[in-house]
Amino acid sequence: MANLASDFIGIKSPNPFWLASAPPTDKEYNVRRAFEAGWGGVVWKTLGSEGPPVVNVNGPRYGAIWGADRRLLGLNNIELITDRPLEVNLREIKSVKRDYPDRALIISLMVPCDEDSWEAILKQIEDTGADGVELNFGCPHGMAERGMGAAVGQVPEYIEMVTRWVKKHSRMPCIVKLTPNISDIRKPAEAAKRGGADAVSLINTINSITSVDLDDFAPEPMIDGKGTHGGYCGPAVKPIALNMVAEIARHAETQGLPMSGIGGVTTWRDAAEFMALGAGNVQVCTAAMTYGFKVVQEMISGLSDYMDRKGFTSTSELVGRAVPNVTDWQYLNLNYVTKAKIDEDACIKCGRCYAACEDTSHQAIAMSEDRVFSVKDDECVACNLCVNVCPVENCITMEQVAPGKVDERTGLTVSKDYGNWLDHPNNPGNTCAAE
Amino acid sequence: MTSNTLTPGIIAGRLPADQLSENFSDLHPPLDDHEALVAADRCYFCHDAPCATACPTDIDIPLFIRQIATGTPDAAAKTILSQNIMGGMCARVCPTETLCEQVCVRETAEGKPVEIGNLQRYATDTLMAADVHPFERAAATGKTIAVVGAGPAGLSCAHRLAMKGHAVTVFDARPKSGGLNEYGIASYKSVGGFAAKEVDWLLKIGGITVEHGKSLGAGLSLDRLKADHDAVFLAIGLAGVNALNVEGEAKDGVLDAVDFISDLRQAGDVASVEIGRDVVVIGGGMTAVDAAVQAKLLGALNVSLVYRRGRDRMNASPFEQDLAAAKGVRIITNASPKAVIGNGAVCEIEFEYTDDDLAPTGQMFRLAADQVFKAIGQTLGGDGLPDTEGGKIAVTGAGRTSMQSVWAGGDCASGGEDLTVTAVAEGRDAAEDIHAQLMG
Repeated sequence: MANLASDFIGIKSPNPFWLASAPPTDKEYNVRRAFEAGWGGVVWKTLGSEGPPVVNVNGPRYGAIWGADRRLLGLNNIELITDRPLEVNLREIKSVKRDYPDRALIISLMVPCDEDSWEAILKQIEDTGADGVELNFGCPHGMAERGMGAAVGQVPEYIEMVTRWVKKHSRMPCIVKLTPNISDIRKPAEAAKRGGADAVSLINTINSITSVDLDDFAPEPMIDGKGTHGGYCGPAVKPIALNMVAEIARHAETQGLPMSGIGGVTTWRDAAEFMALGAGNVQVCTAAMTYGFKVVQEMISGLSDYMDRKGFTSTSELVGRAVPNVTDWQYLNLNYVTKAKIDEDACIKCGRCYAACEDTSHQAIAMSEDRVFSVKDDECVACNLCVNVCPVENCITMEQVAPGKVDERTGLTVSKDYGNWLDHPNNPGNTCAAE
Repeated sequence: MTSNTLTPGIIAGRLPADQLSENFSDLHPPLDDHEALVAADRCYFCHDAPCATACPTDIDIPLFIRQIATGTPDAAAKTILSQNIMGGMCARVCPTETLCEQVCVRETAEGKPVEIGNLQRYATDTLMAADVHPFERAAATGKTIAVVGAGPAGLSCAHRLAMKGHAVTVFDARPKSGGLNEYGIASYKSVGGFAAKEVDWLLKIGGITVEHGKSLGAGLSLDRLKADHDAVFLAIGLAGVNALNVEGEAKDGVLDAVDFISDLRQAGDVASVEIGRDVVVIGGGMTAVDAAVQAKLLGALNVSLVYRRGRDRMNASPFEQDLAAAKGVRIITNASPKAVIGNGAVCEIEFEYTDDDLAPTGQMFRLAADQVFKAIGQTLGGDGLPDTEGGKIAVTGAGRTSMQSVWAGGDCASGGEDLTVTAVAEGRDAAEDIHAQLMG
């Protein structure tokens, strides 16, 4: 069994699976049980300044979308930071950390955007024994209206400023949690790095309305006839999160900046994908909120088996391994030609590929009277839609047309050489072609 | 009185009331809302779907399942009922395992088809529970049509004609409408008086008058009907029952399976229905299975279903055969009845083993029997009917007979399988043809 021990910016944990700052990490009772279940680390639910705690709504906090059999695909929430007194949280953090010294315990923080507030809170958490802090610059609802959370995270200058204060007033490792509710994730990541952050974590939740009640004409989750946007998370957001992680991983200014990957991690495979794109570890929330703390056991066994199969002895061998293969469209090889191929033995004759291709793509699938489906190589552009809509795994595959063979669609011989848009004769910017 | 399964003779009350009530409850309990959503989600919404092609009434199955999946079962019901006005009953009695569900691509893929029949029932039950009739009559045409027989073919035809604005009179020999839906289907397939409820719901279209106690030769003549109406649709079913033609057939205890099934359906309380201890059913179709299974459910100790050919030649579907076996019916194949033995009443029945071509083997055996049900086919009855073919009224196209302005459909007409769903399709198509002819 592969060793999953993780060292993230000097913070050690027995595995790279941390619980994200969220309801599962709101109190000692939960966190102890999470550690007993096997979680490698916990980011304690966000603490605010001393004084009367925030209050939450007393109606529904969560909204959701579901797939088949009510499988939860996306969850949103309008919960705020911890609504328990600061001193209670600090006492509990200290107690848990004392009993679980091998686990990572990070404290998430969100206080008003002035240096005194940050200095004060950092002083208060100093003797808890916690391993680091995570700056919550992502919470998209409620706190942002008060100038905190995403209100900071959406302004790179504020991120840099606050990060600098934190590094100035504390020796703890500092992770900056990024909001995805911006147009270019690289800007806040650059700002965090400039401010001295040891790492970024991403993504926080996405502004969202999960559904609209069509009788009451109000968004869900609905509180007394009204609703507000909440933060979206769960399996549905994973593709968005993966892209943002990859963007930071391959951006010249942020390359090498440690990342904690967050966003829809539900299985070991999701975790491995985040790590392959450069995340040093992952944080999980929705999967635990859906299935309970025990899900971590599948993540541990799955990642471990995968690493054994690959011959990896340390998670660091996985981290970032896919980053070199993330590129811009213009560098994709236009001389790589594939065609869809339907395995007639595996085909169950549902005709979805035919409907999709005939109605919405390139009319490249033929259907015989006895429901045999075949690809017309002279029409197929290899868009992959048939593969995506086919209900049978591996029934339709994309087969490469070997260099030297003729692409029946274009009538051109497939080149063995790499050739991208930059060199393409149709590219108006390609001066070679114009000459 | 302490009758039980061991008590000899033909008696009622072999089983306690709660056991009987459980035995005769719904064969396939209805899906609840969540189950329906899960079942509907399994549909792949196939292009030119094989299930729809297999449906004798051409219901757009992928569309109605998608309508269920999106929370609009009433719209789903309308999709079903626009093709098959008795979609509720068909959902219960169709041999889906040999029709839509047999060709479902998930049957191909996993051996587990989408539950099309159960989903159809979910949709139609939802609409009917709301007491909604989703169709409206067109303006009156002034045309009148006589429909003889208030079974699935007759009612389907009447509904479609009424919808098109014609005035329809339906005649039926029995005191209740519904035909085999009411009288000829195993009780556990249509519980809660569903057949009668469906008829009431169907008649909400308006423009249909039903006259009971009238049949050809008993209050009606085809010539008179033709003279008094613009068209006649014959849906008279098969009223006669084939005889065994063996010695001793007239002995007490030898009965027609269709009468047993009908009596059971019409009994207010199944506990009042008498059943033998040793029951033998002769035949290999749905009627034979329905009789055999229900004999067992009533508490008969031994029920044998005896068919003269091999199992693969039985008209009852494999699902029906398995159901019979699961309920404890012993299926004996390749045996033909030779004699009914007994002093006044049957006490034994003698069979001879026969091969699949019915060649006798000379090897005989006897089964103890205090009750014998004959289920070896039914025959067309009545005089002065249009030309026949193979014992049924010959039809071409959409039910046209040899007589001008007379159409026929359902079990009495040639062609098609003798299924409720086929009868509904034939009635509907004949109605369209009658309408086109009258209005053309």
